[in-house]
Amino acid sequence: MKEHLIKVDELVTHYGDRKILDGVNLAVEEGEIRVIMGGSGSGKSTLLWHIMGLYQATSGSINVLGKDLNKIKFHEKHELLRKIGVSFQNGALFSSMTVGENVAFPLTEHTELDENTIRIISRMKLEVVNLGGFQKLMPSQLSGGMIKRAALARAIVMDPKLLFFDEPSAGLDPVVASEIDELILNLRDAMGMTIVVVTHELDSAFKIADKITVLDQGKNLLTGTVEEVKNSDIKRVQDLLERRARHDTIEPEEYLKRLTQENYTIS
Amino acid sequence: MKQLIENLGAAIVLVVERLGFAIRLLLDSIYWLFLGRKFKQKLRFSQVAEQVRVIGFDALPIVMALAFVVGVMLSIQLLYAFSDFGAESQVLLAIAKSVTREFSPLIIGIIVAGRSGAALAAKIGSQVVSQEIDALRVMGVVPVRYLVLPPLLGLIISMPILILVADAMAILGGAVFSIESLDMSLIAYLKESFDILEVNDINQGLIKSVVFGIIIALVGATTGFNVTGGAEGVGRATTSAVVASIAAIVVADMIFSYFLTKTV
Repeated sequence: MKEHLIKVDELVTHYGDRKILDGVNLAVEEGEIRVIMGGSGSGKSTLLWHIMGLYQATSGSINVLGKDLNKIKFHEKHELLRKIGVSFQNGALFSSMTVGENVAFPLTEHTELDENTIRIISRMKLEVVNLGGFQKLMPSQLSGGMIKRAALARAIVMDPKLLFFDEPSAGLDPVVASEIDELILNLRDAMGMTIVVVTHELDSAFKIADKITVLDQGKNLLTGTVEEVKNSDIKRVQDLLERRARHDTIEPEEYLKRLTQENYTIS
Repeated sequence: MKQLIENLGAAIVLVVERLGFAIRLLLDSIYWLFLGRKFKQKLRFSQVAEQVRVIGFDALPIVMALAFVVGVMLSIQLLYAFSDFGAESQVLLAIAKSVTREFSPLIIGIIVAGRSGAALAAKIGSQVVSQEIDALRVMGVVPVRYLVLPPLLGLIISMPILILVADAMAILGGAVFSIESLDMSLIAYLKESFDILEVNDINQGLIKSVVFGIIIALVGATTGFNVTGGAEGVGRATTSAVVASIAAIVVADMIFSYFLTKTV
């Protein structure tokens, strides 16, 4: 059995008073492409943020690359984060820098490489994501798909062991979205990265995933291969696959309270 | 009434919270300044130099122009006030002392708060809104070290330089207007002004300017980091950064004036 690069046990998290994750388990093996799926508000992005150690969990443990995030020291965390690449949903490129400077940023911050080497490495990564020659443009001059690809180039510039990808194909046309899927597959095959993708795009998930974890309302619904997910008879999974609307049963008392009570917040 | 007390309480909590945040920023900045290199979070010299250029050098024209005008304004007022009891000759002393101890740090503080404090709040605020701060954190870059420390050092270095320039320009401005009434030559006026000035006068301005620089950086960064509510929030933060830092500067100015001007 291969080593687990990510191991999440019974993770419970809150946002304010609202419970977001309710006992999530996750184990990702080396070299795997894991897709975390679920509807909006299912807590999939939150799970990603917690694995990156950006928020404090209420309870449960997270182990990333052999380090327990609950016990990790402040400086070790920065060390750890350098081995992780993250591509944000909206790209989160630095708007005051050119694309080339953005991609080179982790290298200039974390390494002692000279300018020429950094330039060559960052241009190589831009070639990997098919953005060769775009280094002089500003992020505002790029299209949505190009921003995602530039963000991906920045995420892989340090050759991370682990790559996180938040909604790679959200808001992109099908052709560009499938190009990004290809890129993800190539990265795993060529560089041996372990990749965790958060998405709600079914086609893309089925195309790239080794295993899929389905989250629903902060709980694990199912973890399995593409076939297992497709053939699952769990109703919520079926709803997700068939794009059926949720039909939550309405509790009259709770419903009235929501409508009438002053200062009502969901708990 | 209940609502009023609630609002008052919330406002006080907010102020205390922001104050704590600002102090934390200052301590963190000092920490990363000295220990950054050890933990591979080193401060880049080029970043600080860039900030000195933007905050200090680029502000020189407006600082020089306004300091000159303040000097002229002071001499108009003082000549008028002192003429009542025939003490016009004391205008020279009054201008030299008041400019170096009070007017140039205060005026420059306000100018720099408007230029650089607002810019810092807007920059950090828009980066918060567009998730760029999160991107920094997941790349293992400490945001304080990268975003706050360079402008903080830039201000600490630039402010005293701006003050010295402003001192000279304001005295020159005062001279140009009052030499005729005083029947002195420009050179004689300037020479006498510099003879009258004591080290302590200049120092007081310099000490204040460094304090104002720290205030501007911390208020700008604090409001920037606490931006909520998208683009509109960035606009609000910019405005409140300027207002809050000018208010803090004026209060700090009074406190420092009191302690630095103790009569022996």
